Amino acid sequence: MRKGGARLARAAEALTRAVAEAAGSGSRLAVRRHLLDAMTWLTTPLLPDDYLGLINPLWSSRELRGRVEAVQPETADAATLVIRPGRGWEGHRAGQYARIGIDIHGVRHWRSYSLSSPPERADGRVTITVKADPHGLVSPYLVRRVTPGTIVHLAAAQGEFTLPEPPPDRLLFLTAGSGITPVAATLRGLAAHGRMPDAVLVHSAPASDEVIFGTELRALAARFASLRLYERHTRIDGRFTMAQLRRVCPDWRRRHTWACGPAGMLDDAERHWRRAGLADRLHVERFRPTVTVGGIGGRVRFTASGGWADADGVTPLLVVGENAGVLMPSGCRMGICYSCVARLRAGRVRDLRTGREYGDEGQLIQTCVSAAAGPVEIDL
Amino acid sequence: MDARVPERVSVTAHLSEVDIKEIGRELDQLRDEITASLGESDARYIHRVIAVQRGLEATGRTLLMVSILPPAWLAGTACLAVAKILENMEIGHNVLHGQWDWMRDPEIHSTTWEWDSATPADMWKRSHNVVHHTYTNILGKDRDIGYAALRVSPEQPWHPIYLTQPLYNAILAAFFEWGIAIYDAELERAWRGEKSWTEALTQLGGVARKAGRQVIKDYVAFPLLAGPSFLPTLLGNAAANAARNVWSHTVIFCGHFPDGAEVFTEDRLNGETRGEWYIRQLLGSANITGGPLLHLMTGNLSHQIEHHLFPDLPSNRYAEIAPRVRELCQRYGLRYNTGSLLRQTASVWKNVLRLALPGPKPRPADDRSS
Ligand SMILES: Cc1cc2nc3c(=O)[nH]c(=O)nc-3n(C[C@H](O)[C@H](O)[C@H](O)COP(=O)(O)OP(=O)(O)OC[C@H]3O[C@@H](n4cnc5c(N)ncnc54)[C@H](O)[C@@H]3O)c2cc1C
Ligand code: FES
Repeated sequence: MRKGGARLARAAEALTRAVAEAAGSGSRLAVRRHLLDAMTWLTTPLLPDDYLGLINPLWSSRELRGRVEAVQPETADAATLVIRPGRGWEGHRAGQYARIGIDIHGVRHWRSYSLSSPPERADGRVTITVKADPHGLVSPYLVRRVTPGTIVHLAAAQGEFTLPEPPPDRLLFLTAGSGITPVAATLRGLAAHGRMPDAVLVHSAPASDEVIFGTELRALAARFASLRLYERHTRIDGRFTMAQLRRVCPDWRRRHTWACGPAGMLDDAERHWRRAGLADRLHVERFRPTVTVGGIGGRVRFTASGGWADADGVTPLLVVGENAGVLMPSGCRMGICYSCVARLRAGRVRDLRTGREYGDEGQLIQTCVSAAAGPVEIDL
Repeated sequence: MDARVPERVSVTAHLSEVDIKEIGRELDQLRDEITASLGESDARYIHRVIAVQRGLEATGRTLLMVSILPPAWLAGTACLAVAKILENMEIGHNVLHGQWDWMRDPEIHSTTWEWDSATPADMWKRSHNVVHHTYTNILGKDRDIGYAALRVSPEQPWHPIYLTQPLYNAILAAFFEWGIAIYDAELERAWRGEKSWTEALTQLGGVARKAGRQVIKDYVAFPLLAGPSFLPTLLGNAAANAARNVWSHTVIFCGHFPDGAEVFTEDRLNGETRGEWYIRQLLGSANITGGPLLHLMTGNLSHQIEHHLFPDLPSNRYAEIAPRVRELCQRYGLRYNTGSLLRQTASVWKNVLRLALPGPKPRPADDRSS
């Protein structure tokens, strides 16, 4: 079936190209659009994509999908997924992340993962590298259950944890654990062009064999004299503190810094750089929002879809809605991308990051970092 | 108070308040149990039905391209008719009920689904999910009692217009999707001044837009594409639509209008408890017995009772819920109205014919089963 699908794909591709060339004008894409538009008269109320997607899930541009082609173990609890994105994937910049949707027990779950492959990767595949959270839902599934051939859902790459073009002369990367993933993409991208700026990588992991990409990072440091690697094995040496930074990287003030890792480390770093008056030189990527304790919850009504649920004061409205079967738009799920905003129709909500209660009728709220503070109505 | 009320109450007169509460609790528990067990195999089921349906539709339409050959016409029309039935019954109706919303798949979701029917999904969801499923079989509230056009219960006052209903109902069966589309615009409510004509006309506009595309697809685009098979394709599409219409009309009428399906008066709604709500749904609906294929082709509305108790539980689960509901009915001495397709259909038509004439006097519900 898949082989037949590939053959069909090539045939369809060839046909569209022939039509485009015969027409002698307009891009292939435009012709494809016109063909599909005309086809909707035959498939209404569905779209041609609804049928194409059944033959090969990657053909549907209505829903961006990818096929997992390989799962490569990195450490005991982390793995890299090699994904071939389907039609509609527009590429990414090193350091960006993508949302991945996966059906677990029949239910779609979305999480964000930094792309660990650089855009320079030649075969059109992208990779994500996931560390299994022992108490989590999606990450253990991705690391241990997903097999090649699995179809995942994708959303366009986003995020600003990227190097400017051209990159600054002096760089510092401050990472820990799975926080290496976006930085790995950046380093791999630089290495692909064979020009490594003066860079220091300060990376923490529990032990030598638990360093994600450990072998590759050491090889990169050996290959480029301008890349210096400081590996910290926290099980023996303890956690890396900002007080130690001066020793490891004396000129840290003169470097542009990209930091990614556990919340505690990032909070420390932000404080450290702020005190030095250098907050604008620090770029931070967080995998988790830092949340405060919540208050009381209440009944949440989703006015457009008719769904409702009783929410406590700590669960984000995004999760409340998803559990009630409401189609909730979402992105990073931690308050940075604004993909999840929805209009508040009534009631008040609590910002889980600050604990502040707010909300006026008609106000746009970020559902991923807001919890109900009493009964709430949301226009979704 | 209405003189009929004591009769209506009598079906459940033997139940104590505690019994009713217990029925509500048991059914709630059944619902929770099924909800908790939803998973991968259910998701696989709906994906498979959708794939089969789309495959059948593509096959049928392809065969009709050469329908100038009679065997191709026959096979193509049959495939398309089955595809359209599956699309409306097991897929469309149930997706629009939100039965698959728990999967959080935007492509199989009540808020995004549109179906192969003249009536736009949005409008139908309101008239069906909100009005009919909330006010099931409440006279004067549930517009689905006779679809504001037929007399299907002795409690509806007679009018000479009903003399035509046997003929009218037969025509309605063949054009059911159009009947539903017009019905969903609730013109009679605008007539009675319960809603504005502007609103009704806007809704009719919505129907026209949706239905227009449907008509162009079946009666212009595909026949034109078939070239020399223009006419047979057009006729094949018309036949498939008619078959789908007659079938869904039959199934849906069997769900509420055979003998023994109860109707209720509006005062029943006053302070109706969860248990009482369940009992009303139970007594107002009727099942059709049959095998898995029949259940599939009726969109599991052959389990109308279970569907009315749990309208948003996935239809593939009704078959396993049914014996438990039936057992509960037995324990509490409640009628579980079920019968073969033939029997229920005959019963529906007997009612349609009988009630075209004045009378009979509504009998106490307890006597009906005799
Ligand atoms: C921009 C961005 C990039 C990211 N990149 C990566 C990456 O490259 N690699 C990577 O591994 N991860 C990355 N993440 C993190 C990733 O998105 C997930 O958050 C992570 O994999 C955990 O998901 P999960 O489903 O396994 O855990 P979840 O099920 O979401 O649980 C997360 C944690 O919350 C706790 N929890 C869950 N529910 C409750 C509850 N009801 N009450 C109390 N506690 C609860 C769990 O114990 C667990 O520890 C990134 C995140 C962001 C925002
Ligand atoms: S999902 Fe990104 S801000 Fe809420």
